[in-house]
Amino acid sequence: MRRTTIGRSVAALSALAMLAACSTDESLDEPATESAAEGADEGAEEGEGSDDGAEAGSDDEWFDQSEYDEQDEQRSATFEGDPEQPYLQYIDGEMTDTSEFASDGAKKVCFSNASIDNPWRQTGWITMNQQLQVLQDDGVISEMETRDAQADDNTQIADIDYFISEGNCDAFVISPNSTAALTPAVERACDTGLPVVVFDRGVETDCPTTFIHPIGGYAWGIDTAEFLVENLEEGDKVVALRILPGVDVLEHRWAAAERIFEENGIEAVDFFTGADPTEIKNFISDELATGEIQGVWMDAGDGAVAAIEAFEDAGQDYPVMTGEDEMSFLRKWDDTGLTGLAPVYSNFQWRTPLLAVEQIFAGEEVPTEWVLPQVPITEDERADFLEANDGMPDGHYAKFGGEDLPGYPDVWQERVIP
Amino acid sequence: MTTADATTTRGATLPMSEGGTAARLGRTLRTPGGAVFVLVAVLLVGVVAANPSFGEPGSLIRFIGRTAPIAIAAMGQYFVIVSGEFDLSMGSVVTMQVVIAGNFIGQDESRILPVMLLMLVLGALVGVVNGLATTMLKVPSFIVTLGTMLALSGLVLYLTGGAATGNPVDSFRQIGRGGIEGVPVLDVIPYPAIILLVLAVAAVWLMRRPFGRTLVAVGDNPQAVHLSGSATWWLKTRAFVLSSLAATVAGIILVGYAGVHPSVGQGYEFTAITAVVVGGVVLGGGRGWVLSAAAGAFALELLFTLLNFVGVASTWRDTVQGVIIIVAVAIGARAWQGGRRRRNTEPTTPGAEPRHTGSAPTTPPDPGTT
Amino acid sequence: MNALARLRPTQLTSTGIVYLVLVLVLVLGAVITAASGRNFFSGGNISAILTGTSILGFIAIGQTLVILAGSLDLSVPYVASLASLLGGVTMAGQTGNIPLAVVTALGVAALIGLVNGLVVAYLHVHGFIATLGMGLILAGYLGTTYKGSAGSAPRDFRLIGALNIGPVPLSTIIMLGCAVLVILLLRRTRIGHHLYAVGGNKDVARLSGVRTQPPVVLAHVLCSVLAGMAGLLLLARLSVGSPTIGTQGGYDLMSIAAVVLGGTVLAGGKGNILGTLGGVAIFAVMDNVMSVMQLNAFLQDVVRGLVIVIAVAVYARRNADLRPARFERSGAARHTPAPTTAGGAA
Repeated sequence: MRRTTIGRSVAALSALAMLAACSTDESLDEPATESAAEGADEGAEEGEGSDDGAEAGSDDEWFDQSEYDEQDEQRSATFEGDPEQPYLQYIDGEMTDTSEFASDGAKKVCFSNASIDNPWRQTGWITMNQQLQVLQDDGVISEMETRDAQADDNTQIADIDYFISEGNCDAFVISPNSTAALTPAVERACDTGLPVVVFDRGVETDCPTTFIHPIGGYAWGIDTAEFLVENLEEGDKVVALRILPGVDVLEHRWAAAERIFEENGIEAVDFFTGADPTEIKNFISDELATGEIQGVWMDAGDGAVAAIEAFEDAGQDYPVMTGEDEMSFLRKWDDTGLTGLAPVYSNFQWRTPLLAVEQIFAGEEVPTEWVLPQVPITEDERADFLEANDGMPDGHYAKFGGEDLPGYPDVWQERVIP
Repeated sequence: MTTADATTTRGATLPMSEGGTAARLGRTLRTPGGAVFVLVAVLLVGVVAANPSFGEPGSLIRFIGRTAPIAIAAMGQYFVIVSGEFDLSMGSVVTMQVVIAGNFIGQDESRILPVMLLMLVLGALVGVVNGLATTMLKVPSFIVTLGTMLALSGLVLYLTGGAATGNPVDSFRQIGRGGIEGVPVLDVIPYPAIILLVLAVAAVWLMRRPFGRTLVAVGDNPQAVHLSGSATWWLKTRAFVLSSLAATVAGIILVGYAGVHPSVGQGYEFTAITAVVVGGVVLGGGRGWVLSAAAGAFALELLFTLLNFVGVASTWRDTVQGVIIIVAVAIGARAWQGGRRRRNTEPTTPGAEPRHTGSAPTTPPDPGTT
Repeated sequence: MNALARLRPTQLTSTGIVYLVLVLVLVLGAVITAASGRNFFSGGNISAILTGTSILGFIAIGQTLVILAGSLDLSVPYVASLASLLGGVTMAGQTGNIPLAVVTALGVAALIGLVNGLVVAYLHVHGFIATLGMGLILAGYLGTTYKGSAGSAPRDFRLIGALNIGPVPLSTIIMLGCAVLVILLLRRTRIGHHLYAVGGNKDVARLSGVRTQPPVVLAHVLCSVLAGMAGLLLLARLSVGSPTIGTQGGYDLMSIAAVVLGGTVLAGGKGNILGTLGGVAIFAVMDNVMSVMQLNAFLQDVVRGLVIVIAVAVYARRNADLRPARFERSGAARHTPAPTTAGGAA
């Protein structure tokens, strides 16, 4: 019996080797011979090697001290522009000259969206479409063609390539699904010579005309962790509720917070919830069964209510807690009166890309890295935001920044997803 | 753990009637459907060892309450699996019901009953669609329910713009969150625990009726049932309806327990199927007890709790879970094998291939199908 | 549908129907695309569609083998992610490291497949559970070890993902090359025949003297290797390895859907690679058209769900009608309603 098994395994392995050969032969030899011929067409690919090498080195140590320090500073920076229009504010810095793009007439924008798979993105997507309507009425934009990658890097790369070859676009707006993976595709978009606007998550190239984003994940981590540290004592226990591993924007938030907890002697236990309130509640209940919890930290506010309710159901005191500017958290925070903070990953950034396109075609210079304000909502400001967003659904984000757009408030209240 | 104890003894009376009580119990526990109760007991001991306060009656009953939705879903999934099918749409049904509760009930108490009725009707409808597409259109249930899973969740998200309106009125949420207060010893009996008990009794009753016996028979050998004249399509469709209704009840409880969020229910189908399989029910049908499926759910929840108490690093939890599921099911497969060797000397290797056509088509389902 | 009905009497194979459906989808796609003011058959669009087929194609070929053998593989997304990371980290941007990286990634993938296969074949754990568990095991490892993308593919390796020969991406050609190898394996080798036999009816196969385990193990190993190749291709396209890239694509369920859409019987024993390629192509065209139409992402899922069920219903009905009588008794499906069951009933 044994022997025949081995015989079969050998057969299996040889078939396997055949397959392996199929991949190695073609992956090594063919490109090597053809690369010379195709090299010219593949201009986008050139000059990346060195960047990639550097980035590979930093992967062992996720935490990036220089980014951390930069974002720490930006938290207290002065922002240019009208505070009434935070979506147009920016930190003074390098500007991109866009005079070459100055031209009249309505333009076609091609928008490659990572996904609309969470309430934050859905809210922003509604806001963006409202902004689009305004710009269409003003004759700035003729149409916006959108491709939704459904949270798949590979699909988004194909989407961008499709736009480049088939889209007849005048400008690209890209919200990358992930940072490193989308870099080559964004570079190809830049190579068309058309303006490229990147927002939310970044890419590892400075080729885009402007890269729009709130300060960032480290700032989120610093704001929240410092708040918890201030309101807790050394040796207290914080439960950190995280959505999922391996997503850089979320890992940054935790990397900063974890470090600050460590430095200040706060005991932190982290857990992946998939943003599922059932998981959140189960986990907190179990943690409460093993001992007291003084603080709750979240890398995104979805499901904050379930976390708070777990304390209620266990008959324990409310923790010090950081959630997000999502309405469900703000409301529950208000109801319970717990000590809390609502960090903000500014949802109003979804307005900025199309406004940037307007500025670019007007030939006005735009910030090369357009850093938008990212200011947490404190207890004192909470009432104002609750009032301003009265009637909005729980999954709405308080700092969505669309109060002056035509559909306000109905389209957000009814959550009309285009 | 009253339900569990009750089953162990009941199970013992069923499979083989010869021998003393202890011997019979021992034999039962060696079948996968019985072994899961041992697994639950072992895990319970582990959890209590890791955190003694968990062993207090108040904690235990709360734990039963919180496990109720997944246990109910597992019992629903059991009906489908034992008849030889899969229901992957369960998670989407849970999400759909959670969202309907949030959006339609809102803060208006008078709407609770009509909306609950609507939820049950919609749940049953999904089951009917799944069942008819599987039986009438002859599409594998894995594919049918994968299709309903995609279509349902897409539709719900589209119609509700991300399903984020907010929690329904608190009195409705009490079903999943509240309980009978002031009970001696236990302190509180969560409503979900009561619902679970009622549904477990109903499920056992159902499996002892001709419906249940034929359902297992159809899973064991579709031809046999067909030849005997029962309408397979109607049997299986009812199984799918039961599964969707179980998902509906789980959804109602989860709205209370966790609140409204589009990710409630995500992955529920896999958890439920895993629970059923850990409960010793054979994928492919024809074998297993409904209460073992519920016990499988308890085993999984206890495992998660144990991981929490022991403080396994967050990123390694999935790995530990994966290993334990495979090991548990592998042991279960051995047990079936052992169990069947005694009855049937035919040189088959069951488990991976549950239905061996060698047995007479008229073989009644395993006695222990309740 | 009329065309279908007319063709039915002329012994059209199930693969024939798959391609007929594909042609229908193509025509429909071309019309809709034209209505949106685009050219469906332009180089860029064809390249986009073919690119869409290559990754799912690799995984679906492997999944076909596993399904033919009567099992399932739900761990493929995690294998693909792991392979992309192992490949990327080993390459570290150096062309000279490519062979080592490919061998490492595919070797580890093969090992994972071996474990899957052994657990299914010898421990008698259903493929659904064995690979679900394996997926969890890998998910934990990926989450612990990689906190985001890692490694980097050198330019030469990235060309696999970027190079087009005419409108045909190189990646698609490699995928088709692997498909040909697997087809040869299934048609020309003994173990390939045994794979069908074991998947069709394990007991009959055993009684005819076929050792039932090796084909199952082989199918799992090859499936994992092909998932590993999909991971390497993803690495070539992304230029970095990513711990979530496999799950992002939802390749586990979508590959199973593509296989069944391609006419392979989910219970095993009946089906072929050509059909699977047709199923993958149907998905790719559908996705392409829905993107051109700018259909809401949620509604895209609704359409996918409906198409899967309706298309499979078309084949299943036909299978039930045309199934030769000798399969009446023995073809009892394991986890599906045997479409064979006394055919005329419905």
